[in-house]
Amino acid sequence: MNELMTVLKKNVREYGMYIALAAIIAVFTILSHGVFISSRNIANLLNQTGYIAVLAVGMTLVIVIRHIDLSVGFLSGFLGAIAAISLTQWHWPVWLSILFVLGLGICAGLLTALPVAGLGIPAFVASLAGWLIYRGALMLVTAATGTIIIPNESFNALGNGYIPDLFASNSFLPGIHKTTLVLGLIATIVFIFGQIADRKRKMQYKFEVLSTGLFVAKLVFMAIILGFISWILAGYNGMSWTVVIMLAVVLVYDFITRRTVIGRHIYAVGGNPEAAELSGISVRNITFTVFGSMGFLAALSGILFAARLKSATPQAGTLFEMDAIAAAYIGGVSASGGIGSISGSLIGALVYMSLMNGMNLLGTDISLQYVIRGLVLLLAVIFDVITRKRKL
Amino acid sequence: MSDNILEMRHITKTFPGVRALSDVNFAVRRGEIHCLVGENGAGKSTLMKVLSGLYPHSDFEGEIIFNGKKKEFNGIHDSEEAGIGIIYQELALVPDMTVYENIMLGHEIRRGMTIDVQEMIHKAEELLRRVRLSINPSAKVKDLGIGKQQLVVIAKVLSRNVSLLILDEPTAALNEDDCDNLLNILRILKTQGVTSIMISHKLKEVLSIAETITVLRDGQTICTLDRQKDEVTEQILIKHMVGRSIENIYPPRTSTHAEEAVLEVKDWSAYDAKLGRKVLNNVNFHVCKGEIVGLSGLVGSGRTELARSLFGNPDGYIVSGDMVFKGKKQRFTHPRHAIRSGLAYATEDRKRNGLILIKSIQENISLANLQGVSKNGVINEELDKQNALNFVNSLSIKTPSISQLVMNLSGGNQQKVSVAKWLFVGPEMLIFDEPTRGIDVGAKYEIYTIMNDLVAKGMSILMISSELPEILGMSDRIYVVANGTITGELDAKSATQEAVMRLATQY
Ligand SMILES: Nc1ncnc2c1ncn2[C@@H]1O[C@H](COP(=O)(O)OP(=O)(O)OP(=O)(O)O)[C@@H](O)[C@H]1O
Ligand SMILES: [Mg+2]
Repeated sequence: MNELMTVLKKNVREYGMYIALAAIIAVFTILSHGVFISSRNIANLLNQTGYIAVLAVGMTLVIVIRHIDLSVGFLSGFLGAIAAISLTQWHWPVWLSILFVLGLGICAGLLTALPVAGLGIPAFVASLAGWLIYRGALMLVTAATGTIIIPNESFNALGNGYIPDLFASNSFLPGIHKTTLVLGLIATIVFIFGQIADRKRKMQYKFEVLSTGLFVAKLVFMAIILGFISWILAGYNGMSWTVVIMLAVVLVYDFITRRTVIGRHIYAVGGNPEAAELSGISVRNITFTVFGSMGFLAALSGILFAARLKSATPQAGTLFEMDAIAAAYIGGVSASGGIGSISGSLIGALVYMSLMNGMNLLGTDISLQYVIRGLVLLLAVIFDVITRKRKL
Repeated sequence: MSDNILEMRHITKTFPGVRALSDVNFAVRRGEIHCLVGENGAGKSTLMKVLSGLYPHSDFEGEIIFNGKKKEFNGIHDSEEAGIGIIYQELALVPDMTVYENIMLGHEIRRGMTIDVQEMIHKAEELLRRVRLSINPSAKVKDLGIGKQQLVVIAKVLSRNVSLLILDEPTAALNEDDCDNLLNILRILKTQGVTSIMISHKLKEVLSIAETITVLRDGQTICTLDRQKDEVTEQILIKHMVGRSIENIYPPRTSTHAEEAVLEVKDWSAYDAKLGRKVLNNVNFHVCKGEIVGLSGLVGSGRTELARSLFGNPDGYIVSGDMVFKGKKQRFTHPRHAIRSGLAYATEDRKRNGLILIKSIQENISLANLQGVSKNGVINEELDKQNALNFVNSLSIKTPSISQLVMNLSGGNQQKVSVAKWLFVGPEMLIFDEPTRGIDVGAKYEIYTIMNDLVAKGMSILMISSELPEILGMSDRIYVVANGTITGELDAKSATQEAVMRLATQY
């Protein structure tokens, strides 16, 4: 019990996010008489989170290297429209238009980085220009047609479809998506073994680790959570393609940031650009890489959103950049650079979108919704600063 | 008893995994100059931070008695009010502001709604006079040499009416002349009734100024020596500090260097477009394989500029001249090209541009050579940790684990991490900018031994240092830099401090 308190105190920032998420879920579940936690709503919530979480992941790295990218909202809207146009007017196959749009995204990101890395122009200004340009571009390409309806089923499945149930059966657990359960089980097992291996390694190098009791408790707790989530998802249509894509992005980026050379370089540049440069890291190249990845993820987000709406609208992407920035900050990224995790941003996005989803469920007035979202962001950042200060 | 201005009793302070101070007793007599010495990580800075209220009263055990009264400080503000002024290990000036603005920062003199500039300049002048500094109070701090900056810091602290002045390694970055000057200022302040506590690793200056010396080791008070009663020599101090005696400060060199030059620089000039002036002017020198070459000169003479312009020129100077490295004409355009070719540069300012303070020891040590611990761009955690651990052991970096953030290490241990980082790169030539700044005698000896081992294996070292004894004790040859150009070359065996200084001040 004593250890639990000290561990909680020491990692209050990380655990604080989980606790906040749990609290938000609990409150909305009670207020909505259980509707919030229903399979159908959770599936919906996760699909909504998808296109913001993907942006938040990219934004996290941008903020880690002490920059910001305001252009990604309308960039995502614009690229969604390009996807729609390439499908409906140019009659491209789905794979081609997706690749094309992702490629465009990377180019757009590199373009934003050009004045930043090349001339040292603040990213705020450079990406504000992008914000204006892409907004105009989006209006331009949708001007003739207005909203572009996308009739392509397989494209729309990215935003609305669910993975097929390979173990479909009417006798065993009818109405439950078995594949989702199996995937959940696999994930749990992989997670547990990963944690055990990690702990062993840490002990070998005399890192501080949790005591065995607490460690087991943590594993059991996480296993229950993972099991519960897969059970809830399995109760509706199972895992959606959006969730699959979102998880893939998070896993890949998490791996990159924690286990690769380029990841170390990114955090080094964020932590102290001058020292990084003198350690042989090209701050310029890292800046291009991070903005390129941001553009790529903006394109992905645009595709997910267009697929979800089954159309491209002239307003698509409005304020997405702000949602992504908010999610990243709630997730614990630090504006002074070098600090922030991918998993944190995922949780941040979940917190933020749960809030929106829950308030929508309760029919909260939209103006009030903005105020509450703002307050939560403010609280998260204040909490962040206070907990960080105490650690020094 | 009553003549003690300060008594700290039974002070215990812990950080996660570290007991920085355990039951420390420390007393300072009124009007004396009291030096605090000890190895890196002994707890000197921590003790002073406790005293200054930076660690609030509730964060440590023990009591502080100042001017006969028990004090509970909850922040710098409280201790300042009581008359304690502290100067931290790192300079705390705003480089882009003027001298008077820096001195009066946070204590601006107002007239109605506006700031009374005249009055502030007047007050600043008065304070500058107290530290014998004749400069224009409206000059920008960044245009001053580091020795003058240090005096400005003292003037700033004096503006708060201090009776007890604490200086944490004030001379670490200063050259001989500036050091002497600073010590003199302390003596003058003493006559004006200011008591001083000074932390230093330079034992000579400690012996020249201290009336009382307290030695800390591993967070404990080892002894307090009174210069009037006890006999104190460098050897005695070292013995108390490290627990054993060190006979030679400079370990003997057994290897001899080759005649073949690894680096040859001809007519090397550099122009700083931002400052609009030449920072290097026709520099010619060479370094042989397996040789330690000392680069001496005053702070600001262009030694660091020379190193950086060779090491990939990160400042974007416009350079001209020839650089032949390992037999090939080179002009590196980014530090990474230099590193890849086998030239490394360990910076002088570890905090500003040497280390990533918010990252762990492990991450910092492998930062410049991640290829060494990775395969196909994926880091081998096992290897990375083992490597960091090896360096922590071989350099005796004092830390509970390699996951400790570098910002939580003591100054000297940070320096060791920076050394480890460049040793892991394994270059053929290493430019070492102030390699032992802020490092204790024991660790200095370790670093010198490592340098000797490295050159015995055929590596070359260009050592920039403001400490003349170090330059004379470690180098094979010495170049002296003044005003962006090399004013002389000396053989280390026959060189004297006077000869070096003569060249350093010649322009
Ligand atoms: N904020 C902190 N968190 C964790 N450990 C710390 C922190 N500050 C200091 N320490 C540890 O406390 C010990 C004493 O540090 P301190 O800075 O007082 O040493 P020092 O005697 O001033 O050394 P140096 O001569 O290298 O400056 C060191 O082991 C250091 O790692
Ligand atoms: Mg210190």
